[in-house]
Amino acid sequence: MNIIEKILANASGKKEVSPGDIVEANIDVAMTHDLTGPLAIKSFREIGAKKVWDSNKVVIILDHLVPASSVISAGLHKTVRSFAEEQHIKNFYDVGRGGVCHQVMPEKGHVRPGEVIVGSDSHTCTYGAFGAFATGIGSTEMAAVFATGKLWFRVPEVIKVEVTGKFQKSVTAKDLTLNIVGKIGADGAIYKGLEFGGSTIRDMTIDGRMVLSNMAVEMGAKAGLIEPDQKTLDYVKSRTDKPFTPIKSDPDSTYERVVDVNVSELEPQVAVPHSVDNVKPVSEVEDVTVDQAFIGSCTNGRIEDLRVAAQILKDKKIAKTVRLIVIPASQEIYLNAINEGLIRTFMDAGATVGNPNCGPCLGGHMGILAEGEACISTSNRNFIGRMGSTKSFVYLASPATVAASAITGKITDPRKNMEKV
Amino acid sequence: MITGKVIKFGDNVDTDVILPGPYLVHTDPNELAKHAMEGLDPKFPEKASGGVIVVGAKNFGCGSSREQAPIALKYSGVKCVLAESFARIFYRNAITIGLPVLVCTGVSSTVKEGDMLTVNLQSGRVENKTSGSVMQATMLPEFIMEILENGGLISHLKRRFEIE
Repeated sequence: MNIIEKILANASGKKEVSPGDIVEANIDVAMTHDLTGPLAIKSFREIGAKKVWDSNKVVIILDHLVPASSVISAGLHKTVRSFAEEQHIKNFYDVGRGGVCHQVMPEKGHVRPGEVIVGSDSHTCTYGAFGAFATGIGSTEMAAVFATGKLWFRVPEVIKVEVTGKFQKSVTAKDLTLNIVGKIGADGAIYKGLEFGGSTIRDMTIDGRMVLSNMAVEMGAKAGLIEPDQKTLDYVKSRTDKPFTPIKSDPDSTYERVVDVNVSELEPQVAVPHSVDNVKPVSEVEDVTVDQAFIGSCTNGRIEDLRVAAQILKDKKIAKTVRLIVIPASQEIYLNAINEGLIRTFMDAGATVGNPNCGPCLGGHMGILAEGEACISTSNRNFIGRMGSTKSFVYLASPATVAASAITGKITDPRKNMEKV
Repeated sequence: MITGKVIKFGDNVDTDVILPGPYLVHTDPNELAKHAMEGLDPKFPEKASGGVIVVGAKNFGCGSSREQAPIALKYSGVKCVLAESFARIFYRNAITIGLPVLVCTGVSSTVKEGDMLTVNLQSGRVENKTSGSVMQATMLPEFIMEILENGGLISHLKRRFEIE
C-alpha cells in the first residue's frame, strides 16, 4: 500500500484498503477558523450535539479577518471564542496568539506524521508535507466530526509526482509547484491523492515542502503527501512531545500514474488570470504592469520566503506605482523577521507590513483590488474576484518574483534582479 | 423528480465566483443567496429565483471549502447541478446541505441554455424536454441518497443523535 492507503487503513482499523473503498476514519485533529467555524458551530447545535468528542483534538484559529475587520466579523470571532470556552478547547489561538491556521498548526505541534487531520479550509492539505493525511472539509461535516470524531472517506487513487534535479538560483519551491499545477491541471487530480517524492523533494526544506502540499487542492486533490524523513522528524519533535508513528509507502506501492518533473532547467513560473493552471514561464509575461504586490498567505508567508524577498529588496526602493504588502504567516515568523532585520528591509523599501493573518489573499481586507488593477501575489488562487473587484487581475508567483516585480512595477524575472546586486 | 430551465456555465467554476469571499461573513442563507454566482453573473439570483437547473462543465465548484457556496446556490433557487465533473469538497458540501449534484458525461455539450430538463435522482435519468434527448447521469450511492432524502446531513445526524 502507498502512504495514503496505509494511513487510511490504520485510521479505520482495517488491514488493507484499496482505491474506491469507503472507510470511516478516526480523526486525530480537527481544525476550524473564523470564517467557516461559525457555520460549523451552528450545525453542531442543530444536530443536537452537546460536547465535542475530544476537546484536546480540536484546534481553533482566528486568521481570516484578524483583527476583526467589521462588526459582522467581530461577531463571528465572538461566536467562535465563546464556543472554545464552552467546550474547554485549550488549543484556541485568538488574535495575536497565532497567525495563519496552516502555519500555526505545524508550528504549535498539532501536525504529526501518520495522522488523519481535517480542517474546514481547503488548504488543510498543507500538512501533507509532514506525512499526515490532511484534507479540507465543509462546515457541517466539521460539525459531524466535532460530534463523533469520525468521517467517511473514499480511498483515492494516487498520482506520484517524482521530482529530480537542482534548482537554479532564485527558482524556488513555488515555481516547481506552479509548474506541477500547470502540468496536472486544475482538475487533473480531482478525488485523487498526490504523493511528492524524488531527490529534489528530499533536498527541500520543510518551508518549501509545505508550498507543494499547500497547492495540492489547486489540482483538485484530496491530499498531497510527502514521506516523512529525518527533516520532518526533527521539525515535528521540536514542536511536540506527543508520540506518533511515521508511515511510508511500501516499495511495491501502486499508483494511478507517475509524473516526472526535472527542475534543473526550470524558469520562474507565473500563473496568469483567471485560472491556477494557466501557468507560464516568467519570460512570457514580463511586460505586465502591476499595481500591487503581496508576499504572504498559507502558501508563502514563511521565514524562508521573507528572507528571499528581503535579499532582493535590500537597499532598493519599490516602484512608485506599486503597493507592496508583506504579511508574515505567524507571530513566530513575524518576530523572527524583526530579529533578523527583514521587516526593516521591507519598510525601507517602501512596503507596508501587516499582522499575521490571511489578509488580501481572499479579498477579505488589507489590500483589496479596485477595478482594472493587477496584483502579483505569492498566494494560491487567481480566480475572478479573488482579491477584490471581479474586474481585477491576480498573477501568482514566488516571493522572489513578487519582490523583483515590486521594484520594477512590472512582472520581473528575479534572476535578472539578482545579477544587478 | 426535478424539473427546471437550464442556466449554463463553463469549466472550473470556482467557489470564489459562486460566492465571493467578502460575503462569507453572512450566516443567513437568504443573504448568501443574494450574491450567488456574483463573480460571473450578478443577475443570477434574479434568473434562478423561480427554480433552475445549473449545468457546468469540468471541475465545477473548485477552490475553497466554503459550504456557503452550495448554500447560496440552493437558496437562490437552484434545484440541482449537473456537470462533467465536480471538485471534491464542493461535491461533499452540496450533498451535506441537501443540494443534489450529479455527474453527467456529455451534459455540457448537449444541453443548451434555457433547455427544460427533468432529472430523476433515483435512476439518474436526465430528460431534455426541449430537444427530446435523454442522458444518463452517474447514480448516487445509496448512503448519499439517504442523506439527500433526509434533507441533508444535519437532519440525517439529528436522527442518529435522537436514536442514541
